[in-house]
Amino acid sequence: MTDRFASGARVRTVHHDPTHHTRLPRYARGKRGVIVEPEGRHPLADIRSQGRGDAPLEQVYAVRFAARELWGEGDHEVVLDLWESYLEPEAEAGH
Amino acid sequence: MSGTHTDAAISRRVRKLEALLEERGIVAGAALDEALDAFLAGSSPLNGARIVARAWTDPAFKERLLADGTSAVAELGYAAGGVQPQRLRVVENTARTHNVVVCTLCSCYPVRLLGPSPSWYKSEAYRSRVVREPRAVLAEFGCVLPADTEITVWDSSAETRYLVLPRRPAGTDDLTEQALTDLVTRNALIGTATL
Repeated sequence: MTDRFASGARVRTVHHDPTHHTRLPRYARGKRGVIVEPEGRHPLADIRSQGRGDAPLEQVYAVRFAARELWGEGDHEVVLDLWESYLEPEAEAGH
Repeated sequence: MSGTHTDAAISRRVRKLEALLEERGIVAGAALDEALDAFLAGSSPLNGARIVARAWTDPAFKERLLADGTSAVAELGYAAGGVQPQRLRVVENTARTHNVVVCTLCSCYPVRLLGPSPSWYKSEAYRSRVVREPRAVLAEFGCVLPADTEITVWDSSAETRYLVLPRRPAGTDDLTEQALTDLVTRNALIGTATL
């Protein structure tokens, strides 16, 4: 399996709002960020948390976001650890 | 252990689960408490402090620590994970940058290296505010940073645990590694204090 994203790649988080558990925090949905680094493969938390044994093993990435992108203000940055399913290439997202 | 939890509903659920596990013979009576006691006995902010003091006094170790925290702390006999192994990323504060750690989704924390987390770390106020206005939250901790310091907030809500490598205080060139260890506070390892 190869990683979908390389360090430095521009991504956008998906805009999902599932009824089940997810590890994509609400404040970081539909936001543009940059891949810092891959962190290793782990079972997708959304599936695993439902007690299912078929959670796909996915790369988790550290992704850096500007505060302005997340909150519309601020000069800091936030780094989040996100499963590959939560991310789309920024070009595909239409920007 | 569950008896010390402040949330009554979750405490009841955990106690019920413990009782069922024992009833079905999956775990022996005191085994859970023994396992938890053993885990917590080896978990303390002193572990994190020792890692920092080593990094301050051994540049080659510091380089390895920042490149691959998991392997570097293993050299000192430490691991970030408890029941399951966990990746450790160490983030360095410099003259221009400051790092602070949170888990906005729950309370993920490198317990092994820092001991049980403080109640404020698990509070909704800290978890929701530090990602949004870290400078103001840090100021409330008494940690006032220069206006041009770049702040990065690490939201450790997945499989990696984070430890902050604080800046070594000025005027400590003559101190031994042991004396340096004594200077490192838990909050400095989370990033809500400087030294």
